Amino acid sequence: MREQILEVSHLSKSFGKNVVLKDIDFSVSKGDVTSIIGASGSGKSTLLRCINLLETPTAGSILFHDQDITKRGYNVPAYRAKVGMVFQSFNLFNNMTVLDNCMAGLRKVMHQDRDTAEQTALAYLDKVGMLPYINAKPRQISGGQKQRVAIARALAMEPEVLLFDEPTSALDPQMVGEVLDVMKTLVREGLTMLVVTHEMAFARDVSSRTVFMKDGIIWEEGAPEQIFGTPERPETKEFLSRFFDR
Amino acid sequence: MSNLAQLGSDIVKLWHTYAWIYLNGMWKTVSLAVICTLVGCLIGFLCGVLQTIPVSKKDNALKKGLLGALRGLIRAYVEVFRGTPMILQAVFVYYGLPYFTNNAVQWKSVWLAAFVVVAVNTGAYMAETVRGGILSVDPGQTEGAKAIGMTHWQTMTSVILPQALRSIMPQIGNNFIINLKDTSVMFIIGYSDFFATHKAVVGATFLYFPSATIEMAGYLFMTLVSSILLRRWEKRMDGDASYDLATSDTLAHTSGMVRFPHKSKQAAQEVRGH
Repeated sequence: MREQILEVSHLSKSFGKNVVLKDIDFSVSKGDVTSIIGASGSGKSTLLRCINLLETPTAGSILFHDQDITKRGYNVPAYRAKVGMVFQSFNLFNNMTVLDNCMAGLRKVMHQDRDTAEQTALAYLDKVGMLPYINAKPRQISGGQKQRVAIARALAMEPEVLLFDEPTSALDPQMVGEVLDVMKTLVREGLTMLVVTHEMAFARDVSSRTVFMKDGIIWEEGAPEQIFGTPERPETKEFLSRFFDR
Repeated sequence: MSNLAQLGSDIVKLWHTYAWIYLNGMWKTVSLAVICTLVGCLIGFLCGVLQTIPVSKKDNALKKGLLGALRGLIRAYVEVFRGTPMILQAVFVYYGLPYFTNNAVQWKSVWLAAFVVVAVNTGAYMAETVRGGILSVDPGQTEGAKAIGMTHWQTMTSVILPQALRSIMPQIGNNFIINLKDTSVMFIIGYSDFFATHKAVVGATFLYFPSATIEMAGYLFMTLVSSILLRRWEKRMDGDASYDLATSDTLAHTSGMVRFPHKSKQAAQEVRGH
């Protein structure tokens, strides 16, 4: 059996009276490429943000290598350094160059010396094809390029799991391709990934497991062939038919 | 016309005799304003950062209490120093210290007292400015920093404050120019700045209007030069607006632009060579 990295159990999250996640059970094992699909407002992003503790869960637990990260006193920054995150809006540091963006975590969090950090950062920038732009500032590059840098920044920390929060939703169709290409490369290399996405083709063809969410509940999860080919739940069928009838 | 000619000759006469005194006064004014603005900024940044330490429900009561007290203290400091005239603060601080200590402790120099009053006063305004600057930075920047494992302090110093600093630069310039002029109220405790020079000169010559004209021109000169320098500094912070076209991006169809400083270019080639 493969090593289990994350285990979410009975997770709930509400904003005031608005219940966004209801009793979610969910786990991630090493090497999994899990895609989370569902309509906007179904709680997919909130689930991802809870896993990275950018949102504090209202109830339930999240185990990372059998340690509950929601417990008081848990070293949250150290945990986040091992669980990378790629945002819909990139969130590159606007005051730094592309290279400095990728070195920031290595220098400040991992306390590496400049040369070591630079070698690692350059290697990952090369992987995402952004070497020619290392001295550009974020405002000088396109959205797709920003997202590739954001992926390199997350990879530079050499995370155990990489979370993607709708990484292509803010991009025009031309740029979606370049980001998905990078992500496919990562899948081939065996990175453990958790991807919230509206790219159904990516979910169906690239991921190893698909989770369907609606109204804060996981309705169905399984192999993408099963979810997309023979969905059991009427909710899943309805969602997918709306997507593929366009 | 004869009035103007008279004014001109009086100014020349004054300048001929007292130029050195006027210039010395200007130096005192500029140096006090520069140092107080810098220290005021430091105070402001400190207060701004302390006020934005996040409190979560899970924190223990001690931390919550301390942070609450700290915020109250900063709030009181800002309100008191923003809400009273600086000229009174100068009197209060300068005479207050010996008063409360029965003359056991006195200010070593007028300069020190003036420095403390102006710096602390500037700090009170800057505290709010910095808080505003921090709030104006996109929350996504904080999330990006947290997501790679940065602590609140690291997030602040390496991501948020540099961006906040850029956005409040016009306000810092504003404060500096206000300080150039408002340090003049320090004459009340006997600090000999540019304005005090005026009082000294007219005491000896009774040439009120000509001396005031020199003062007006002198202050305007200082503020205009500061304005120009501050604008230049802002432009430098922004960096170039345009870039050289880069070589092709292998993944994107979009064209991009970049500059290659020497060292990094070499490093990039090394990685490519691997």
